Amino acid sequence: MLRFATWKIVSIIGMTLFAFLVIVPSLFTQAQREALSAHLPSWLPMHSIVLGLDLQGGSHVLLEVDQASVLRTQIDTLRDDVRRVLREDKIGIAGGIGVLPRGVQFRLANPAERARLMPRLEQLAGTTGINLLGGNRAAAFDIVNKDDGLIQLIVTEAAINDRIHRAVDQSIEVLRRRVDALGTTEPTLQRQGNNRIVVEVPGLQDTSKLKEILGTTAKLEFRLVAQPGADPSEVEQLEQVDGGTLPIEKRVMVQGEDLVDAQPGFDSRTQEPVVNFRFNVRGGQKFGEVTAANVGRPFAIVLDGKVISAPRILSPITGGSGQISGRFTVEQANNLSILLRAGALPAKLTIVEERTVGPGLGQDSINAGKRAAYVGAFLVAAYMLVTYGIFGVFANLALLVHIAFIFAGLILLGATLTLPGIAGIVLTIGMAVDSNVLIYERIREEAHAGRSIVSALDAGFNRAFATIVDSNVTMFVAAAILYFLGSGPVRGFAVSLALGILTTIITAVTMTRMMITLWYRSKRPTRLPI
Amino acid sequence: MKLLRLAPENTHYPFMRLRRLSYPFSALLSILAVTIFLTWGMNFGIDFSGGTLMEMRAKDGPADLVELRALGEHLDIGDIEVQGFGTPSDVTLRFGVQPGGDSAQEAAVNRIRQTIGDRYDIRRIEVVGPRVSGELVQSGTLGVVLSIIAVLGYLWFRFEWQFAVGAIIATMHDLLLTVGFFSVTQLEFNTTSIAAILTIVGYSLNETVVVLDRIREMMKKYRKIPTDQLIDLSVNAVLPRTIMTATTVFLALLSLVVFGGHVIRSFSLAMIWGIVVATYSSVFICSPMLIYLGLRNETSETVKGEQTSTKPAV
Repeated sequence: MLRFATWKIVSIIGMTLFAFLVIVPSLFTQAQREALSAHLPSWLPMHSIVLGLDLQGGSHVLLEVDQASVLRTQIDTLRDDVRRVLREDKIGIAGGIGVLPRGVQFRLANPAERARLMPRLEQLAGTTGINLLGGNRAAAFDIVNKDDGLIQLIVTEAAINDRIHRAVDQSIEVLRRRVDALGTTEPTLQRQGNNRIVVEVPGLQDTSKLKEILGTTAKLEFRLVAQPGADPSEVEQLEQVDGGTLPIEKRVMVQGEDLVDAQPGFDSRTQEPVVNFRFNVRGGQKFGEVTAANVGRPFAIVLDGKVISAPRILSPITGGSGQISGRFTVEQANNLSILLRAGALPAKLTIVEERTVGPGLGQDSINAGKRAAYVGAFLVAAYMLVTYGIFGVFANLALLVHIAFIFAGLILLGATLTLPGIAGIVLTIGMAVDSNVLIYERIREEAHAGRSIVSALDAGFNRAFATIVDSNVTMFVAAAILYFLGSGPVRGFAVSLALGILTTIITAVTMTRMMITLWYRSKRPTRLPI
Repeated sequence: MKLLRLAPENTHYPFMRLRRLSYPFSALLSILAVTIFLTWGMNFGIDFSGGTLMEMRAKDGPADLVELRALGEHLDIGDIEVQGFGTPSDVTLRFGVQPGGDSAQEAAVNRIRQTIGDRYDIRRIEVVGPRVSGELVQSGTLGVVLSIIAVLGYLWFRFEWQFAVGAIIATMHDLLLTVGFFSVTQLEFNTTSIAAILTIVGYSLNETVVVLDRIREMMKKYRKIPTDQLIDLSVNAVLPRTIMTATTVFLALLSLVVFGGHVIRSFSLAMIWGIVVATYSSVFICSPMLIYLGLRNETSETVKGEQTSTKPAV
C-alpha cells in the first residue's frame, strides 16, 4: 500500500490536467472561443461540447422513400422500353401494353414471334439490371410466358430495392442542396437503412418551411394542353393550383432536369413575383422546337402533377430561358426557385417522424439539467463527506475528476450531449461513488477483522476490485446495447453512462488509492478514520 | 470528526429465513403488477403508439385549455388530450395517428399551427408515424431481451450457473415490478422509459453481482458452514455498502426528479422505483434463490479438517 509508482502519479495528474484543458473551451461562447483562439497556440484543444437537438433546439426529420412511387416509375420506364423494342423489331401486339401491380403484360399478335422477341427482352432485362461485383448484372425483371402469346414482365424484388437504394443516395444530394439554401448552420443528412434519410437541422425557428422543402418532389414538366379530339389514352386530367382541372397531354416535352438555373424575380409588366429559369443546351433546343411547332397553343407548366399555369405560346422561345408565373407570393417564388435549382427528387419522400425542439425549451432543459447535476453532486458529495470524513474528501475529489473525464470523453469522441445524457451523468455521479463505497466498506471490514491499517487498506482495495469489475461490466453491457438500439437522445444517455462506467475504474479505484497512499505516507495514522 | 453511519454494522439478520415471507410477498406483487398491466395497460407515449405531441406556451396569460381541447373537433383531428404542467401558460397537446398515412400527420400539425400559432409559442413538436412507432416497440423489446441474454452469458462465464439463474430471476422480478409501476402511475411510457428499464436491469444486476461475489468468496473461505448461514453471512457483510450506494444513487435521482425538468421526469421517477426494487431483490430474491437452485457448500465433506476455524471474521 505504501508503494505507489511515481509514473502512475504523474500520469494520473497529467490525465486530469488534460481533461480539464479539453473542457475549458466549452465554458465559453462560440464568439469568445474565436476571439481567444487568435491569441492562443493552435495545439490547444478548442472544440466545444456538441449539444443534441433537444438542448440547442432544432429539427430531426426522418424521411422515407415511397416504395410505391419508385415502383411506378420503374414500371413506366419498363413500358416505354418494351414499346421501343417492339417498334424497333417490328413485332405486333394485340391490344396495348397492360400495367400489372409489379410489372407489365402484353399479348403477341402472332405467338410464333415469341422466339424472335425473347433474346431481345433478356438483353433488356440485363442492360437495365443491377450492377453486381465483377461487372455482371442481375436481371431487372423476370419474363413469364403464358399460353397463346401472353407475356408478363415482373420487376424483381432486388431491382426495386436497388432502385430505392439509389433513390436515397440521389435524394440526399438534392436535399443537401436544398437545405444548404436555407442558410442554417451545419445541417446533417444521413442514410438510415435501405429506404430512409435522417435530416437534422439545428437551431431553426420555423420548421414549416423546412418540411415543405423536404417533402416536395419538385418534378417540373412542360406539357402541351390537349386539343379537342385528341386520343383519350394520351391525355390526362390534371388539377390546377388555383382550382379546376385541365386536359393535359401525357407526353412530356421538356423536363426540369434540363434546367441549369432558376431565380426569383418580378414580371416586367405586371410586377408579379415570378421564377426565371434557364435551360441547358439540350433543353433549350427542345424548348425552342416545341414552342416553334405549337405557336398559339397553351403550354402547361406542371409541378408534381399539378398545373401551375398554362400560358399561350405567343412566339417560338429559342433563347433557352423563360419565366414561370402563377400568382406566387414572393416567398413562394423564392421557395420554388430553391427547389428547381436543387433539382427534383428521384422519388416521392414522406416524413415518417419529426422531432422539433424550440430554442426556448432547449435552453430551459439545459438549465434544468445543470441545476439537477449541481444539486445531485452536492448531495452525494456532502453525504460521502459526513460518512467517510477524510476518505470522503478523497472520494469527492475523485468524483470531480470523474465528471471531468466524462465531459472530456464526450468532447474528444465528438459525441452529443442530450438531456437524457445529462440524466446519465447525474446517475453516474450516484453510481461512481459506489466503487469508493465498496472499497471503504471492505477496508472497515478487514480492519474489524483484526488486520493492521496497511494490510486492511491493501486488502480492501484488492478484494473490492474484482467486485467492481464484475458489477460494472453488467452495467456496461446494458449501456452498450442501449447505444446500438437506441436513437438520438437515448443514445446520448448510453454514451454518457458507458463513459461514466469506464472512467470510474480510473478515478474511484486508482486515483483514490493514490490519494490514500500519499495521505498515509505523510500522516502515518495509528487508526483508520473510517 | 464524528462520522455518520446509516447502516448498522455487524448485523446478523436471518435473511434466508425471511424468504418464507419475502417470496410470497414478491410473488403477490409480481402477479399484481402483471394483472394491473393487463387490465389498465400502460400510458404509451407517441413513440410507441404513434401520433403527435405538441408542447406550447401561451404568449399572453394562461393557456386556454377548453379552447385547445375544442380544436380537435374544430380541425377534424379527433380527440386531443390537453394537459397543463409547470406554469399555467404551459400546455401539451397529444393526439393519435391521423387516418390517411404519414403525410396526414404533418397536415394536422400545420392546421393547429395556423389556427393558434399567433397566440402560442410552439416549443416542441414530435410526430411519430405508425410504422416508426412499430419499429421503436420492436427495438425496445429487443434491447431488453438482448441485454438480459448478454448479461446471463457473462454471469454464467464468471460464476456458477445457479448464480446466473438467480440473478436473472431477480432481474425479471425487478422488470415486472417496474412495468407494474408504469401501469399504476400511468406515467408516460416512451423510448426514455426503455432507457430507464435497461438501466434498472443494469443496476439490478450490479447489486446482485456484489452480493454474489461475496457469497462466492465466502464459499471458498468457510467450507464448513451450511449454505443458508453462509449466504446470510455474506448478505450481512455487504449490507452497509448496499444501503450506502442505494442512498447516493437515490440522492442523485432525487435531484433529477425535483430539478431535471418535465421532459425526463418519468425517467427519473422510474429509476428511483427501480433502485428500491433492485436493492430489495438482490437481498431477498436472488440470494435465497441459490438455495432453491441447489447451490451447496458441499466441499465441507471432502476437505474436512483443512479449515481450523469456522468462526466468521465479520
